[in-house]
Amino acid sequence: MTDVFVDNKYVGSVKDGHKFRDDIINERRAGKMPSEVNVLFHEATDQVFVETSKGRTIRPLIVVKDGKSTLTQEISDKLNKNEMQWSDLIKMGVIEYLDPSEEEDALVAFYENELTAEHTHLSITPLDILGLCTSLIPFGQFNQGVRLSQGSKNQKQAVGFYAANFFQRIDMDVNILHYPQNPVVKTLMHDVSDYYQHPSGQNVVIAIMPYDGYNMEDAVVINKGSVDRGLGRSTYFRPVVSEELRYPGGLMDEISIPDKDVKGFRTEKDYRFLEEDGIVSAESKVQEGDVIIGKTSPPRFLNSMDEYNLAGNVRRESSMTLEHGERGVVDLVLLSENEEGNRLIQVRLREQRIPEIGDKFISRHGQKGVIGMVVPEQNIPFSENGMRPDILFNPHGLPKRMTVAHLIEMLGGKVGALEGRYIDGTTFDSENEKDLRSALEKLGFKEDGTEIMYSPITGKQYQARIYIGSMYYQRLKHMVANKMHSRARGPIQLLTRQPTEGRAKEGGLRLGEMEKDTFIAHGASLLLKERFDSDKTIVPICEKCGLIGIYDSRKNKSYCPTCGDAVEMSNIELSYAFKLFMDELRSFGIYPKMMLKSEYDPA
Amino acid sequence: MEHKAFKDYQDLIPEKILEDVEKSLPEKISESKVKKILELIYEEYKNSLAEPGESVGLVAAESIGEPSTQMTLNTFHFAGVSEMNVTTGLPRIIEVLDGRAEISTKMMHVYLKKPYSEGKEIKKIAESIKETTLKEYIQEVSIDIADSQMTMALDQDKLERIGLKLGAIIKILEKSFAKGYSFKPGKEADNILVIKSTSKEDDLNNIYKLKEKLQDVYINGIKGIKQVLPVKKGDEYIIVTSGSNIKDIFKLEFVNPDKTTTNDIYEIERMLGIEAARQSIINEVDKVIEEQGLNVDMRHIMLISDIMTTSSTMLGVNRYGIVKEKPSVLARASFETPIKHIINASISGETDYLRSVIENVMINQVVPVGTGLPRLMVKTKKKKSED
Repeated sequence: MTDVFVDNKYVGSVKDGHKFRDDIINERRAGKMPSEVNVLFHEATDQVFVETSKGRTIRPLIVVKDGKSTLTQEISDKLNKNEMQWSDLIKMGVIEYLDPSEEEDALVAFYENELTAEHTHLSITPLDILGLCTSLIPFGQFNQGVRLSQGSKNQKQAVGFYAANFFQRIDMDVNILHYPQNPVVKTLMHDVSDYYQHPSGQNVVIAIMPYDGYNMEDAVVINKGSVDRGLGRSTYFRPVVSEELRYPGGLMDEISIPDKDVKGFRTEKDYRFLEEDGIVSAESKVQEGDVIIGKTSPPRFLNSMDEYNLAGNVRRESSMTLEHGERGVVDLVLLSENEEGNRLIQVRLREQRIPEIGDKFISRHGQKGVIGMVVPEQNIPFSENGMRPDILFNPHGLPKRMTVAHLIEMLGGKVGALEGRYIDGTTFDSENEKDLRSALEKLGFKEDGTEIMYSPITGKQYQARIYIGSMYYQRLKHMVANKMHSRARGPIQLLTRQPTEGRAKEGGLRLGEMEKDTFIAHGASLLLKERFDSDKTIVPICEKCGLIGIYDSRKNKSYCPTCGDAVEMSNIELSYAFKLFMDELRSFGIYPKMMLKSEYDPA
Repeated sequence: MEHKAFKDYQDLIPEKILEDVEKSLPEKISESKVKKILELIYEEYKNSLAEPGESVGLVAAESIGEPSTQMTLNTFHFAGVSEMNVTTGLPRIIEVLDGRAEISTKMMHVYLKKPYSEGKEIKKIAESIKETTLKEYIQEVSIDIADSQMTMALDQDKLERIGLKLGAIIKILEKSFAKGYSFKPGKEADNILVIKSTSKEDDLNNIYKLKEKLQDVYINGIKGIKQVLPVKKGDEYIIVTSGSNIKDIFKLEFVNPDKTTTNDIYEIERMLGIEAARQSIINEVDKVIEEQGLNVDMRHIMLISDIMTTSSTMLGVNRYGIVKEKPSVLARASFETPIKHIINASISGETDYLRSVIENVMINQVVPVGTGLPRLMVKTKKKKSED
């Protein structure tokens, strides 16, 4: 007797588990049962599991009968002529969906010519084990699996050409690559996904060699000549949005150049880019602190006295300004209304981003790296026929990561560029490496892709031959211009008097708990005290009650609010955060008494 | 001690080091050279001592913490290699230092007495200490849906091997399922057991659940020993078990209790005392670090083990253990659940003398370690009038 479970609930038992499973599968293929029902017969425990629940991942496969694919030539001809569709194949039982449990019982062939009598299914294409982005990696079968997922993750962050109507759109954080190109080495997925309509990289000439240590630890050295000619150049768009809000009592915001008597008026200079309507003029170059949209708001609190107050009706200044470190050119001003009928002002800023030290670049094999140096073109090594690479990639990045496809793509890119054709690098189904080598030889190059190169500084030939080729490189959206930050002095938080946090607020860089531990481990106590001085204060403390007193600057004397001025007061240096902590303790009824003792007291 | 020079250093250098030095000296060596060697060793020894004011605890924490961040990445390499799956790597270190009462994979190395340690009846002994459940004696189970009763066929041969009969099994089952079910021998054969629910409302699912429960009923062996594996270690045979029960294992006549160990430190504390637990913490942590090919100085582990056991019970390195024992309110409050500590301190009126590190960091005062420790003493002349 075989126990039967439907969605992991025991429902009864059947005589023959094998037959029961086969019956369900046949009914499903005949269309009598939903295509999402899956069944597993577990022989070891003698149990049948029928799965009907949602949330299982299911995978389409071609059904194989008696060692032959049910997807016959006849059917595929009909598919090509559009006489048949995917749903027809499922109805006919040519294609079925398997979930992970039913896959246990299946034997899936990669290719049709590998089919034997034991096979139950045939994969539609070997590529279907990979996702969309992973299928975009050429020669993926030569890479370590981890590199494929890393490569596809990084590709999603590549700067490219995301929409043809980007001029008309206002999106957050947009990067547009100036000269996007199709990859010379492409895969099936590039064609299927219409990649040529939204490419996101460029074909560069790349040499695998170190360069004076400027490309160590995964950095790359980039040719300044190539950068000047537009390699990796992109434009960054960012919107500034403001809305005329309505408040209770018929009051509302007003977009205009604020009057001088408005509360919180900046300087005249800050409003210099505004036109009469209170919005910046297009194509003006704005920097941090400049007002983009001038706006005033009604006062925050209204009371009955305001009606008689002549000086009343003081409006607040609430303009949109550029925050710390931001800059750009006003690209587009859009006036519209939002869902609530309020006037909505959107201003789009534009900024050209030329590759600089610290910008992130990546090949499609998870080989990411930042620019370590931009080298003038005359200082880039050159080959026999005068070719200077755009990028110098450090060979140490290769052995441990085993991205062989990176090397093969370079070879393929070289052949494709020289022959003027696209190279097919579809994973599991790519052009042969040997063919690429012999093609290169026919073109008059060394078949292993290396070339003799010369040092630009001495003019001498390098002893080693340099591996040089062409491959698809992508610039990622992480750019130093958005991230660079430092501070010596700056704003502090009101509550704790500690430095603010984060780049946008010009914050400090935190010396964290583990960093603090290193000071202690070295025994550098006095240095540690100095480092944590950012919020130190001196407070008078009553020696009688142990609470914080008040300093009266007129009498130049401290007194205790509870014990009066007849007690001894001592000035103690401590961190403001601790003072705040004691205040908090008092606020919920705990009495933190400070007992003072002289440092020089022997006892 | 052959050489005279050793006597001069007997009180200055630990005995173990002196022994090691003596062993590695060449046979013919002049007395002056020995003296010179010992002089240098003494210098080296003095340099390696912790100085006053050195924060040894923090250095120990860093020295174990840093390598263990590397371990996380390595653990999967060892998954499923050995026949018995044992928790190693970072999870194991966390488990030991946390002082967990229930560890994830208990394990014993059972050493045997003389004739058995040479391999005599090793398999039979191993089998006899293994805990068995009803599952292992069941040949077939069938559920009768109509009468909602279950029929079990038991393996007669296996039962005979442990010397139990159907009647005894029924007694065991009746003991563990006192109410609701009746157990009776079947009529068809000697090895048939019929199980019936006494309450009629039981549905099919409950019967099925009962079937799963019945399979786990304890029949024979030593409780807690889930698996046994006889292994040859060096010259002698030992039994490696998964699951641990030192108390009952020690009672067996063929076991050598002097060498038998478990990785359950709490059990060691209960059976052998706190000193044994201290040593076993050191051994367990060191074992993991050794396995991972990392290098941590033994003294760091010893220090942590000492702190965990000085209060004569096992304390974990967490807020229920050694942090709870800290004298400073602020230090306790700075590590997890601050409100609880502050409220309790205010109820009992505790005083914080600011003698440790973290309190002084909080109020931005000099930390009393390293350069913050020494103070200047000035001798002041007393005025005569005051006398």
